[in-house]
Formats: sequence, C-alpha cells, structure tokens
Amino acid sequence: MNWISNYVRPKINSLFSRREVPENLWTKCPECGTMLFHRELAENLNVCSTCDHHMGISPRDRFAAMFDGGIFTEVEVPQPLADPLVFRDQKKYPERMKAARNATGEKEAMLVVEGEMARTPVVAAAQDFSFMAGSMGMYVGNAIIAAAERAVQRKCPLVLFAAAGGARMQEGILSLMQMPRTTVAVQMLREAGLPYICVLTHPTTGGVTASYAMLGDVQIAEPNALICFAGPRVIEQTIREKLPEGFQRAEYLLDHGMLDRVTHRKNMREELVTILRMLMNQPPAIKGDLPAPEIKPVIDLPPPATPEAVIPEKAAE
Amino acid sequence: MNYLEFEKPLSEIEGKAEELRALARGNKEMDVEKEAAALDKKAETLLKDLYKDLTPWRKCQVARHPDRPHCKDYIEGLFTDYTPLAGDRNFADDHAIMGGLARFNDNPVVVIGQEKGHDTKTRIERNFGMARPEGYRKAIRLMDLAHRFRLPVITLVDTPGAYPGKGAEERGQAEAIARATQKCLELAVPMVTVVIGEGGSGGAVALATANRIAMLEHSVYSVISPEGCASILWKDAEKMREAAEALRLTAQDLHKLGVIDRIIKEPLGGAQRGRRETVEAVGKAIEMMLKELTGRKPDWLIKDRRNKFLDMGSKGLAA
Repeated sequence: MNWISNYVRPKINSLFSRREVPENLWTKCPECGTMLFHRELAENLNVCSTCDHHMGISPRDRFAAMFDGGIFTEVEVPQPLADPLVFRDQKKYPERMKAARNATGEKEAMLVVEGEMARTPVVAAAQDFSFMAGSMGMYVGNAIIAAAERAVQRKCPLVLFAAAGGARMQEGILSLMQMPRTTVAVQMLREAGLPYICVLTHPTTGGVTASYAMLGDVQIAEPNALICFAGPRVIEQTIREKLPEGFQRAEYLLDHGMLDRVTHRKNMREELVTILRMLMNQPPAIKGDLPAPEIKPVIDLPPPATPEAVIPEKAAE
Repeated sequence: MNYLEFEKPLSEIEGKAEELRALARGNKEMDVEKEAAALDKKAETLLKDLYKDLTPWRKCQVARHPDRPHCKDYIEGLFTDYTPLAGDRNFADDHAIMGGLARFNDNPVVVIGQEKGHDTKTRIERNFGMARPEGYRKAIRLMDLAHRFRLPVITLVDTPGAYPGKGAEERGQAEAIARATQKCLELAVPMVTVVIGEGGSGGAVALATANRIAMLEHSVYSVISPEGCASILWKDAEKMREAAEALRLTAQDLHKLGVIDRIIKEPLGGAQRGRRETVEAVGKAIEMMLKELTGRKPDWLIKDRRNKFLDMGSKGLAA
C-alpha cells in the first residue's frame, strides 16, 4: 500500500458520499435503455417517453391520475386469516408478507377505491404487482368481492386493473378457490346490470387470467402486456420449440379475438369514461381534467378518509 | 401390477411369492404353499403399513397411479344409457374431456369428466387428461344442456392441469376456464363433483365448482403441482416432497379446510388394488350427495353453490 491509498482516498470518499445523488432519480427503460428522470416519468404515468414501454405503476399512482382531482376513497376489505396453512418454504409465509409490506408500504396486493372519473361514479380495484407478484390469495378474493358489493350498493360500474403472476401458492387450495369466489363477484355485477370493465396490465397470468380477469363486459389491455394462462417458459418446456415473437402479448391476443381493445395508458381514463357512460346510459362527459368533486355524491359513505391520502399503515405487525 | 417407487419392498415380497408358486406349478412334488402364504401375510402387513400414513408426496404418486380407475371406468361402471356428446361447435372435439347424457340409478343426468387414458395410444389420444379450450367449451355446452333440461350434473375430476400449449393459449385457455367456472355457478340444477385422482389447479376448478364435492381418500387437489411449486419457491424441482407437504393438498387437509364435503374411502393399498370396490364407493357417494340436493329449488341451488365458495377460507389448519 502506498501513501495515497492510505491517506488521500478516505478524504475523497467522504467528499463524494456527502454529495451523493439519491439513487432513484433516474430510471432506465428496460425496453430501450433510455434514462428517464423520475418526475418526467411519473408525469408520463410510468410510460417511457422514447419507446412507449409501459412500466409497472402502483395502484395509488394510477388512481391519482384517473380520478377527478386525484381524489378517491378506499373501500374497506375484510381481512382474511393470516396464514391458514402455516405455509413454509425456504421462508415462512408471514415473513414473506412482512417483507412485501415493508417494501411496498401497502398491506396487500389489491387496492379498492371509489370516486369519480369525469363526474362518473366508479368503483375501481387495482392489483399491485410489486406486492408478492400481485398474487391472488384470500385477501385479493375478498377485495374483489368487496369491490363488487360496493359497486352494487352504489349502483355504479366496476373497473378492475389486473396484474398478477397467478394464485398465491402460500395459501394453497384456498388461493385456488378464489377463482370461483371472484367469479361470484362478477355474477353479482351482472345480475345488478352494472358494467364490469377489466383492464389487463403487464403481466396477467395463471389463475387470475382464468377467472375474473377474463370475464369483463369489455376487455382492455395495456400495450405489450403479457397475458396468458400458462407462461411462455412452461409452454416452451412442454412443446420444446421456440414461441413466435410477441406471443401472448396484448396485440397478439387482440389479433386472436381475446380482447376488445389495446389502449395506451395516457388514453385509458378517457376511454373508460366514454365506454362507461354509454353502458350506463349517461350523457357524454366533459373532456379533460376536472377538479375534485365538491359534494360527496352519496350520503351513506364512510367518513371520508383524507383525500388521496389514507396512507397505509406500514406493516400491520 | 405397476408398483410405485415407495412400494418397492412390497414388490420384492410379492414377486418372491409369485416365483415360488410358479416353481410349484412346474414341479408337482414341491410344496410351497406354506412358504408362499407366509410371504403373502408379510406382504399384507407391509401394505397396511405403507398405506397407513401416506405422506402427501406419496399420495400424489398414488393419485397418479396408471392402474387407478379413470373417468371412463366410472362412467361404464355407474351409468347406463351413456350417450357421449362431442364437440364445442367451434373448433374441435377435445378427447381429454368426455361427457354426455346418461342415467344414474335410472335418472337422466349429464356426466362430464377428464379422462387420462390407460395405455400409450389412449393416453396420447386423451392428451394425458390435459384439456384444451375446446374441452372446457364442450363442458360448458353440456352443462348448458343440463341446465335447460333440468338434469343434474355429475363431474369426475382427474387432470394434471389444463394443457399448456401454443394453440391452447391462442384459442383462449384462460377464457375457456373462466367461462366454465362461471357456467358451473349459473346452473339451476344440482351439481356434484368427485375428485377421483388429480385435481390440477384451474383445469380442475373449471369442472369442480359444484354444490357438493367429494374426494377419494388418496386423491389430491392443489393450486399447483408439487414439482411446479418446488421449482418456483425452492428453485429446485427435486424438492417436491417438501412442496407437497407445504401445499396441504390431501383430501384429509382439504376436508379440514372446508373445501370439500366428504372423503371416499379407498380399498387397502389404494384404488388401483380394488378397482371395482372403488367405483362402487364413488357411486354411493354420488348417490348420497345428489340426495341432499334433490327437490331443491333452482334459486336455492345457485345460492347454495355461491355461498359455499364465498364462505371458504374461514377455517385454517394448525401447524
């Protein structure tokens, strides 16, 4: 070791660390590699401004952009049993849950809210892929049922944004039973004559696709979203051949008659409003961003939690 | 007789007894009966021992046993006037799902089930019991027929899962399964299900969203195969024993969780060692389950089925 490494380097290091730039100011687009500034990216709803690649977006950010004035109220979801199978793989299930809660600040993989989009009352639910791959367990099942019940109660449509790796293995058969359970929720809406629009986002796979995510009255997907029952890797292993380019992507599904539309995230709100108002037999909406609704439309609402806010308690434990 | 990996010691003893008897047939002077009988006795004790407390992974192996009675055997054994109905009126007839009109105890019903096949030729024809969208759409069509003509629906579940293939995905595997589950929930007629072997994930749910669900003692029903679960959570497909344990996929655990209504006892050594008895036991169970539902009004049946699934998840298992 010479005197430089012993002596000078520590000083340089301390100098740098003091001015260190926060790491998350720039995001690299996984598709085209463009470096995107965080504020710009957020304004663009996490869509790459160069190549239009749709990155993941948290339910809260999505809802903030969708509802008038960015205001929505959370709908309460009944809490299921915490660890019904006492499941343990390399980690215990409650430990995985805790890690997911700490990482996302959310309590589970789905957020249900209500509010107005262009003055159209809507109940909306969104799956959070960053929370254990958005996997469908009992909570997600309860969330969809709660969303459907709320929509029926308020006589308004349900918009659901799906994103999931599939069923939550740690809840075993009980996660599989969410397929019929969530289908019952869809039935409730049908019987009440209320529209159910499903927006499939990247990625929507497995038992989720094979239940509520494919049962919408209108099926919309975000561009290039992977939508499938069996994932491409499983298929390649089974049939032992390479799959064609774009296989199981939104546009491919559209071509094969499995979707109604593929819609860019920035046009989603307007499109949803247009469709919903026609299905609900309402006059066309006023275009553009609207301020928050002045009066609460329904009196029986639970005491309004602070707008947009309702900050989730960090990890319930 | 096909022996499973864990039955190897048994195969040795039974093999020896068989050998002795073969020898005696060749040589009339030899008296081996006493020795052979002793071996038989030993084999029986061992069999009892092996099957007394099957681990979940061993249950998976028994559930997949090639000599187990399959859907076709139950249909032939329990129904009369079976009239298979084919096709989804759209694309093809899927042989992984069989079904049609039949009489059960002289009463007309619609019976549907997954058939795995019993030799190489039929297995390939049946695609190992893995249905494509056409299969589920055929099932939907048959359920609809039952609904309109007020016939009870009986389903027999035995599938490793829905087929993960290119064409299946292109033709909407997920949508077909979702619609089949939805159709089950709409039926204004009694619907009962027996899981006779493997209940493989969504491919099973599509035919098993019923008013009453029974499982054979050594059958399994799971969200994912133990191999699949092991390769995802343990990153090692060889950890299927641990995964089978963790998934709680046995009939016994599912009964405790309130997911199924009854367990049908299998003969000693599994259904493959007493095919006829098993078929009859399944028949009895179907009869009892239908009895609980006959005379019920359409609305009651729909509501009963819905509530059954809405209520699931209130019971957990102890460590």
